[in-house]
Amino acid sequence: MSTQKTNSHETSEVASTQISPSKQAESPSPTGDVSGHFHANLKLIALLLAVWAFVAFGLGILMADWLNQWRLPGTTFPLGFWFAQQGSIYVFVVLILIYVRSMRRIDRRFGVDEA
Amino acid sequence: MLATLGIQGWTFLLVGLSFSLYIGIAIWTRARSTGDFYVAGQGVHPVANGLATAADWMSAASFISMAGIIAFKGMGGSVYLMGWTGGYVLLALLLAPYLRKFGKFTVPDFVGDRFSSQVARVVAVLCALFVSFTYVAGQMRGVGIVFSRFLEVDITLGVIIGMGLVFFYAVLGGMKGITYTQVAQYCVLIFAFMVPAIFLSIMATGHLLPQTGLGAQLESGSGLLQKLDTLHADLGFDQYTNYGGGLFNIVCITAALMLGTAGLPHVIIRFYTVKRVRDARSSAGWALLFIAILYTTAPAIAVFARTNLIDSVHAKPYNDAPAWFGTWEDSGLLAWHDRDGDGVITYAPGKVVQGRPVFLDPEAGTPVRGAHGQRLIDVTTAMPDGSARLAPGRNELYVDRDIMVLANPEIAGLPDWVVALVAAGGLAAALSTAAGLLMVISSAVSHDLIKRTLVPTISEQGELLTARIAAGVAVICAGLLGIFPPDYVAAVVAFAFGLAASSFFPVILLGIFWARFNAAGAISGMLTGLTFTTGYIVWFKFIDPGANSADNWLLGVSPEGIGALGMVLNLLVAVPVALMTRPPSDEIRDMVRSIRVPG
Repeated sequence: MSTQKTNSHETSEVASTQISPSKQAESPSPTGDVSGHFHANLKLIALLLAVWAFVAFGLGILMADWLNQWRLPGTTFPLGFWFAQQGSIYVFVVLILIYVRSMRRIDRRFGVDEA
Repeated sequence: MLATLGIQGWTFLLVGLSFSLYIGIAIWTRARSTGDFYVAGQGVHPVANGLATAADWMSAASFISMAGIIAFKGMGGSVYLMGWTGGYVLLALLLAPYLRKFGKFTVPDFVGDRFSSQVARVVAVLCALFVSFTYVAGQMRGVGIVFSRFLEVDITLGVIIGMGLVFFYAVLGGMKGITYTQVAQYCVLIFAFMVPAIFLSIMATGHLLPQTGLGAQLESGSGLLQKLDTLHADLGFDQYTNYGGGLFNIVCITAALMLGTAGLPHVIIRFYTVKRVRDARSSAGWALLFIAILYTTAPAIAVFARTNLIDSVHAKPYNDAPAWFGTWEDSGLLAWHDRDGDGVITYAPGKVVQGRPVFLDPEAGTPVRGAHGQRLIDVTTAMPDGSARLAPGRNELYVDRDIMVLANPEIAGLPDWVVALVAAGGLAAALSTAAGLLMVISSAVSHDLIKRTLVPTISEQGELLTARIAAGVAVICAGLLGIFPPDYVAAVVAFAFGLAASSFFPVILLGIFWARFNAAGAISGMLTGLTFTTGYIVWFKFIDPGANSADNWLLGVSPEGIGALGMVLNLLVAVPVALMTRPPSDEIRDMVRSIRVPG
């Protein structure tokens, strides 16, 4: 999914027209800025999944044989092999960690935090 | 057989102890309501759920076979490592939190309610049942194999013991019982996997952690991987650390495994069991962390074991081969056919014989021995299709991939209790995955089929009883599949992932992120993805297996990777169909908007 590049998390009407085909301005559900929250969430997802795809499919597969001409600094791992069988997995764990942390902040900023 | 009294005694002890632990937990965590039974009362701590998910996910194949597959495929094995971990990023970011907020019991529940369509619900139930039965058959078989190999009991008896155990805690405890036994099973399996791996790493590299040992500098100045690449080059194998081509197919297989992982119902259902949306997010992270411990160790075991194998048997006279060679020859996982009669083992690319080797045993336990004392295999009888049994080439050595994990403790000269530990770990991996799958089968029948479709008036107690009966029947069916395994089990594993990738994943994704998406789009998309993926796999695996080679594949994509294209087709059909048909009701749009936020 794609998101636009504006920084206007707070302006919910921008978010709801661009993200979802629905033209309804505000959702009737709980307190807090639901559209702004969803928009910020989508931006974060797009960023993290771009890294995810680049590491797995780029470094771990398409560029791996070429990267093998170098070694992971301080080790004897061929670099592409390391990304394919070790590094990508570490990156996946870190990506989820960043998502969990950032979403807690986003939840609080838009007032949709859980009790 | 491999077992001396010491190993067998230890195995009985450790397996017995671990089984009593699982039974104790089951009694302690009995389910009292349908909420307990389906989703463990939605009160599971995120770390506990992460542990349970990791055990749920890592099957007998992950534990016993994966390191061996990687050892033989080298860089090509990366598809499994990345495919079976990368899916958790998709789960954590795109599915788990929203499905938890939705807050019902099953995956078909979401599909049925989101599209307010009974047709969509029933299609989802059928997909869930098919995927889960496919998978569970392999697990029960795995239980039987571990029993027969380590305890010398019949495979059938092993499966029955496993069935009895799963029956006890799944029927009694439902999801609640399963969750906490899975936590215990994770601890058993990861300990059993890591102990031999750490010993091997210290022996091979002096590093405590296999993950760093794999990239360590050896005394010769280069590393293990460089050494293995050189050995491969000397023996004529492809280079270990390079793909060497076919990258589009590799991308598709990896993507299909990732999308399939994220779409498999027994994994998704685990995220319904936590208390809050943010717990669903974080437990996906914990799950991947716990999985990553095993998944980053497996490639190290693969390299240690492969190097060790080549070093210790290639170009060695049979009579000088290490002691474990004979042990594993006796159990049928190793075989040597002396093509040139020189008494020296030659390891080279290619097979020894077509299919699995058949040993020339007149009766069990008294193998026929050759000139050097080796166990003989059949190389003369023609294959069923009339072709020669002896394969062309120079290779004289047959190695079963499972040996890479099973033989590790012996190769490393570890004490008997470590061998016994591997047996307990393999059982824990198989049983925990089987239980999770049985839960999906049971809830799909009792909740989605009976309660939500056929008999909506059923009482809570009635539904709970139905769920227990469904779980019981599912255990028996799974056991029968384990005792009488259909030939196609191995062939249809690709099916489970392809199906989940091309049906569930895109429909749930659009259901969450596109409020305008409707039932017509979902059903047409699922049917397109299903028909295309099923057709492609059935064609190459069953109707015309001879044509299953890169020349005949669509865009060069193998049946294992076709789920990725199936998912793209699903989207290409689902989106236009949804746009051309009536938008969903306001209530549904409100529901979609509400599941996007936690509070």
